[in-house]
Amino acid sequence: MATAMALRVIRRKASIAARGFSSSCEAEKAAKPINLFSAINQALHIALDTDPRAYVFGEDVRFGGVFRCTTGLADRFGRSRVFNTPLCEQGIAGFAIGLAAMGNRAIAEIQFADYIYPAFDQLVNEAAKFRYRSGNEFNCGGLTIRTPYGAVGHGGHYHSQSPESFFCHVPGLKVVIPRSPQQAKGLLLSCIRDPNPSIFFEPKWLYRLAVEEVPEHDYMLPLSEAEVIRQGSDITLVGWGAQLSVLEQACVEAAKEGISCELIDLRTLIPWDKETVEASVRKTGKLLVSHEAPVTGGFGAEISASIAESCFLRLEAPIARICGLDTPFPLVYEQFYMPTKNKILDAIKATVNY
Amino acid sequence: MAAAAAARRLSAASLPLRHHHLLLRPFASSASGQPPIAVETSVPFTGHKIEPPSRLVDTTPSELLSFFRDMSMMRRMEIAADSLYKSKLIRGFCHLYDGQEAVAIGLEAAITKKDAIITAYRDHCIFLARGGSLVESYAELMGRRSGCSKGKGGSMHFYKKDSGFFGGHGIVGAQVPLGCGLAFAQKYTKEGTVSFALYGDGAANQGQLFEALNISALWDLPVILVCENNHYGMGTAEWRAAKSPAYYKRGDYVPGLKVDGMDVLAVKQACKFAKEYALQNGPIILEMDTYRYHGHSMSDPGSTYRTRDEITGVRQERDPIERIRKLILSNEVATASELKDIEKEVRKEVDDAIAQAKESPMPDPSELFTNVYAKGLGAEVFGADRKEVKAVLP
Repeated sequence: MATAMALRVIRRKASIAARGFSSSCEAEKAAKPINLFSAINQALHIALDTDPRAYVFGEDVRFGGVFRCTTGLADRFGRSRVFNTPLCEQGIAGFAIGLAAMGNRAIAEIQFADYIYPAFDQLVNEAAKFRYRSGNEFNCGGLTIRTPYGAVGHGGHYHSQSPESFFCHVPGLKVVIPRSPQQAKGLLLSCIRDPNPSIFFEPKWLYRLAVEEVPEHDYMLPLSEAEVIRQGSDITLVGWGAQLSVLEQACVEAAKEGISCELIDLRTLIPWDKETVEASVRKTGKLLVSHEAPVTGGFGAEISASIAESCFLRLEAPIARICGLDTPFPLVYEQFYMPTKNKILDAIKATVNY
Repeated sequence: MAAAAAARRLSAASLPLRHHHLLLRPFASSASGQPPIAVETSVPFTGHKIEPPSRLVDTTPSELLSFFRDMSMMRRMEIAADSLYKSKLIRGFCHLYDGQEAVAIGLEAAITKKDAIITAYRDHCIFLARGGSLVESYAELMGRRSGCSKGKGGSMHFYKKDSGFFGGHGIVGAQVPLGCGLAFAQKYTKEGTVSFALYGDGAANQGQLFEALNISALWDLPVILVCENNHYGMGTAEWRAAKSPAYYKRGDYVPGLKVDGMDVLAVKQACKFAKEYALQNGPIILEMDTYRYHGHSMSDPGSTYRTRDEITGVRQERDPIERIRKLILSNEVATASELKDIEKEVRKEVDDAIAQAKESPMPDPSELFTNVYAKGLGAEVFGADRKEVKAVLP
C-alpha cells in the first residue's frame, strides 16, 4: 500500500515537474528541454570554462557523481581541476575553504545533504566567519557547497533530510535552493560567482523528474530575490525547492474551489527577500509556509515570526506552517511525514475561512 | 547464548550421515568428541608493531560444516534481497554483504555474545551471525512490523541487543568512536569482554577514526578496530582515496594485523588473538582483506570502476565459501552431494523466511511518532486530510 501511495506521489510530481514553471525564460535565446541534473552539469561546465581558477571536487565526482551532475567535466577540464576526494566531509569542506581563501572558486560536492554534518563545524566556524573575524583581510567567498537534499519517496533516514535551516542560523553563509532546471542553472552560476560562501541545496527528487527548457548560454539569476510564480489575492504561499511543485498542485486544487493563491519561490533562504513576501501578505492578509524539514525550528518559523512582526495589523488569520513532522525522516510512512498537497489544501481552506 | 545455541542447532541439524560416523570414531580426541583439524591460513598474517599469531588454525569437522552452512545462508540471503529490492518490496537504501561473509563468520567464531560488535550500514550478515533470524531480517528490509527494528530502521539499521550487536549506522565512520565508548563501559564491568568496531576502507579516511584511535590508545580501551577492506569506497578504489592503503598500519602507535578476510579460519585466528591482546593492552587494528561482489548499493551496478575479470578472478581464486567447500572435501568431512543438500536446505529456509516476512503487516501508523524521545512530544499530529491519522502524542 505504501508503495502504491509513494508511486502515486511520484507520478503526481512528475506531471507537474515535467511542465516546468519558470516564467522568466529568455525565449529568444537557444533553449532545450533538459532535466535538473543536466542543467547543473551545464552550469558547472560554464563555471569551469569561464574561470580558469574554478575547481570541482567531492566524493566520486570525477566519474560523474552518484546523480550524474559532474559527468564529462574531468574529460574536458582535466583531473587537476575536477577530482575525487577521499570520503571525508570535514576535510572536503576545510580544504575547499582554504582553496577559496587563495582566491579560487572552490565548488565542492557533499554527496548527500544528510552527510553534511561532519562538515558542519568547518562551514559554521571557518567559512561563515572568515571575513568577519579577519576584519575583511581574508575571506572564502569563492566557496560553493553543492549538495542534494530532500525526499525521494524511499530514501529513508539518511538519504532524505532537508538540513537547510541549520545553515540559515549562520550569518556569513548564503543558502540557495532551486525549484527547476532553469532556475538551478542560473542560481548555481550566481552562487559560484557570488563573493560569499554559499550552500546550494539541490532537490534530488527533481534531478530526473523535472524537465524544462533551459537556455544554453551563460546566464545568472539574482540571489536574495524571491519570485512570485503565481499571482493571487486570497492567500500567500511561500516555499522553496521541490516543495514548489507540491504547492503549485495545491494552488490548482484550491482554484477549483474558488480560492486564489499567490505562490512565492523564496529561492535564497539567507539573506531572504522579506520585501516580496511582505508585499504579498499585505495584499492577501494570509500566509502559509511549507517545507519538508521538521516544522519546529524550520526556516518557516523565521518567516512566520518576521511576517507576524511586520504585517501584524494586516494579517487576517494565523500563519500556517505545513512542514515535515517532528520525527526523524521515516523509512515507512514517508507520505505521512511529508507536507503533501492535501495537507496544504486543507490548511489553505482553514486559513482562508478563519 | 540462546542465539548461539540456535546457531549450533542449525548446524547440527545439517550434519550429514558421514559426520555421525566421525562422531562414533573411538579415537576422537577433542572435547566435542571430534578429531581436531589444524589448517594453515592461505597467506601469512602481517603485523604492524606486533608479532603475528600462528598460521596454524585449529578447527573441527562440525565447525567447518557450520561455517559452510552459515556462509551459504548469508550468500543466499543477500542474493534474494537483491531480487526483492528490484521488485520494489525493499525500499530505501540496501547494501549487500556477499563476498565478505568470512569476516562476519570468522569474527563470531572467535568471540562470545557478551562481546560487542558495532558496524556501518552493510549490516545484514553481522546481524545474522549474532544469532538474528532470517525472518526478522527480511521483515526489517521490507519495513514490516516483525523486523528486528520493528520495520522502522530498514536495511541500514539492524540491531540485536541481547547478543551485543549495537547495530548498523548510516554515516560513514561515525560508529567507530561509539565502539570506543562501548569498550570503555566494558572495561568498567571487568568481565573480560571487548568491542569490535567495524568500518570500511572508505571510512578509514574519516577524521573521526583518528580521534577514536587516540582516545582508545590513550585510555587502553579493549576495542578492536576492524577495517573491512573491500578495496572500494563506493566507486573509488582504495589507492585513489588513501595515501597509504595499508590500513593495518594507519594507527601509527596502535598495532595492527593484516588478515586474509576471505579465509574464515584466518579471521577466526586473528579475532581470537586480537581479543586477548586488547584485554591486556588496549586497541588493535585488524585489516581484513576482503571483497564485495555486489556494487556499493543497489543503485551501483558495481562494474563501472572495476573489471568483470577482477570480480570473476576473486570468485574463482578467493571465494570464502568455495575455500571451505574444498577444505571439507579434502578432509572428507562431507561429500560434495551432502554439501549440495545443505545449499538446497538453505535456499528453502530463505524462501520460507521471505514468505513469512511478507505476511507481517506494516507497522501501525502511530509508530511514526513513537521512539523519537523516551516519551512522546505532547503534540497533535495529523495526516493527509486531518482524518487519516490523528494522534495526540503522550
